Amino acid sequence: MASGAQGAKGTLYRGREGMWSWVAQRVTGVLLFFFLFAHVLDTALVRVSPHTYNQVIGTYKNPVVNLLEVGLVGAVMFHAFNGLRIIAVDFWSKGPKYQRQLLWVVVGLWAVLMLGFLEPMMQHTFHEWFGW
Amino acid sequence: MSTHVSLEPPRTGNPGRSQRYRSRKGPGKVTRGNFELYSWLFMRASGVLLVFLVLGHLFIMMVTDGGVEKIGFAFVAGRWASPWWQFWDLMQLWLAMIHGTNGMRTVINDYADKDRTRAILKGLLYTAAVLTVALGTLVIFTFDPSIKG
Repeated sequence: MASGAQGAKGTLYRGREGMWSWVAQRVTGVLLFFFLFAHVLDTALVRVSPHTYNQVIGTYKNPVVNLLEVGLVGAVMFHAFNGLRIIAVDFWSKGPKYQRQLLWVVVGLWAVLMLGFLEPMMQHTFHEWFGW
Repeated sequence: MSTHVSLEPPRTGNPGRSQRYRSRKGPGKVTRGNFELYSWLFMRASGVLLVFLVLGHLFIMMVTDGGVEKIGFAFVAGRWASPWWQFWDLMQLWLAMIHGTNGMRTVINDYADKDRTRAILKGLLYTAAVLTVALGTLVIFTFDPSIKG
């Protein structure tokens, strides 16, 4: 392939939206796997005692951790919507043709929902930091 | 500056190991088992279900009714009093763990080149996955709202 992938150099696999969405799917997937593992463990503390559970769950209410949770929700939503895009590419006859446009639908939907949920997700932090 | 372009395909499906799937149908007849096909299909089927299960879970936990601030032992006790939410969380646990473990298996296959490294990493992965699913399932089924402390 002499002039295949536009702009691709070295060992970069094709590049552009197709490759980068694949990279993002992978990175978010690995992050979510590790979070899921930790989250099952913290939830298991309900079998230890209400006090222990509430103490550990209390860390989720720390403003800095709250910001990380917003990142977690962002990672889940991207992985979910891009996953549906992958299904469309695999099963919808026109999916491969519109894969690039579908990614921008994913990104747009993601941005709208993140903006809409930001206030409810962070109301406690906003209250603590800014007195809102 | 070299303008060399190489299109490396993703490395899942190491040809060396596919020898194992040599068919018993006869000599020279090489077929692969259907495992990777079912794996691919499972990722899509479980993915669709998880979109609803996980986004629903996050919406209830993070967005409605004061966000994360409301979550505590009493909140969990209220939810798991209902078989609906017990079933929801059980499905979420099993599907997400199998989906995530299968994804991690793919990542390990792609990036760990040595047979021994791959075997060790996958051994750790499967051990962690089985223990996590077992623990989570046990917690959902044995939850006791009147536990002391």
